[in-house]
Amino acid sequence: MASISPRETLDRAIDELLAEVIVQGDMVKDALFNAVNALKDQNISKAKVIYDGDRQINQKHFEIEEEVITLIATQQPMARDLRLLAAILEVTTELERMGDYAKGIARITVRIGEEDLLKPVESIPAMAMVCIDMLDRALKAFVERDADAARSIPDEDDQVDNFYNQIYRALMDHMISNPSNIDRANHLLWVAHNLERVADRVTNVCERIVFVVTGEILEMDRTDDEWFADEPW
Amino acid sequence: MTITNKIVTENLVLQYSDGTESLKDISMNIPVNSISVIFGPAGGGKSTYLRVLNRLNDLANVTTVSGKAHLYSESGDFIDILDPNLDVTALRRRVGMVFARPVVLPMSIRENLTYGLEIAGVRKRSLLHEAIERSLNQAALWEEVQDRLDDPAMELSGGQQQRLCIARSLALEPEVLLLDEPTSGLDPISTGKVEASLQELKKNYTIVLVPHSVQQAARAADYAAFFLQGKLIEYAPGNEMFTTPQVQQTADYIEGRFG
Repeated sequence: MASISPRETLDRAIDELLAEVIVQGDMVKDALFNAVNALKDQNISKAKVIYDGDRQINQKHFEIEEEVITLIATQQPMARDLRLLAAILEVTTELERMGDYAKGIARITVRIGEEDLLKPVESIPAMAMVCIDMLDRALKAFVERDADAARSIPDEDDQVDNFYNQIYRALMDHMISNPSNIDRANHLLWVAHNLERVADRVTNVCERIVFVVTGEILEMDRTDDEWFADEPW
Repeated sequence: MTITNKIVTENLVLQYSDGTESLKDISMNIPVNSISVIFGPAGGGKSTYLRVLNRLNDLANVTTVSGKAHLYSESGDFIDILDPNLDVTALRRRVGMVFARPVVLPMSIRENLTYGLEIAGVRKRSLLHEAIERSLNQAALWEEVQDRLDDPAMELSGGQQQRLCIARSLALEPEVLLLDEPTSGLDPISTGKVEASLQELKKNYTIVLVPHSVQQAARAADYAAFFLQGKLIEYAPGNEMFTTPQVQQTADYIEGRFG
């Protein structure tokens, strides 16, 4: 008879939980991808489906949260196991928020309706692809507890910021040249902002991966440093 | 002066007559007014270390104990615990011990508590009664037994008997309380009461606890020492030890990968 490891139950439960996090992550990636495409195509019925679909992402979040709490209560995990379960709570919450951003983009699409889109919309799908790719690799690093990958992924946030700045300036030009564009430009600015926030939350996921592996809580979000870089304090 | 460490041990080695070493070069300090927990798999030297601190190994088949073990008083003076000429009875009054199985004396609850004091020469009834009430309160037992102090101690439940043993140690007002798996035979409620009383007691005493589980270690520890095969592997504040242990062997043990 094969010997039974005392950790068998915990190990299996953790593997199952990580698989659920990946499922939630796939839901979020699909929602983001479909949301920017529905916007680009002005496909209002598709946008409504994405909007309603956010409930399933939230539901998955609650299921994962409940399972983590059950495991903490029944298995009394310690050290790295405990850090991993705490990180899963954080990551599932981050994913839930990213789902909200996809939902927000879908709502904007419905609101824009059939009105003509301004040209900067063309950059939005490419910006979304960078975010989705970052998220994809962050979740892979999470499952593999790959701290090196987690440390390098946030650097790509610069690309997302570049997209955002470029879209921002282009939309400003539209607003200045013709104030009747302000509403339409604003809608697209929100979309770009939502995507920019997705990348920030991917950075939070990466911070958690480093925490799981090393126990060290690392601040990787450099947004504040960039904003205040020229300030004397 | 205020002292930071109640007990200082350096390079402590304990070797049995058959040549096996139970403690291998243990250097660690026990901070005053705190709970230091010693945990690890069976046979790691935890109980041996406790027994060194009040010289119970004198009774075992021990050939050599070397190194340093000092007990400090508030004034900053210290005594050498390992000194062969030391008055061991006086040491044990300062360093009390509670064992895994409650060992109540076949007497009344009251007599269990006054026995040690009377041996120490205390006769005055008011002082004895004061010690009974104080020690029972400190061990979180007073409210349960105050109306039946003359009942046989053997009639108490297991959890009450263990708290009576703690109270009996406290009646002598020791400075250090050594507890060797004090709740291993107790139900969760009694365990909770004992653990809660330890949190109160540490304000006035220095506590060294060998817990009966890693979970208890995590709940109780201000400081935690991981012993493995006679060696001190890691010693850290409890809130660090159980979330971010620094040594792989410690992590493997507390995550249940061995032991």
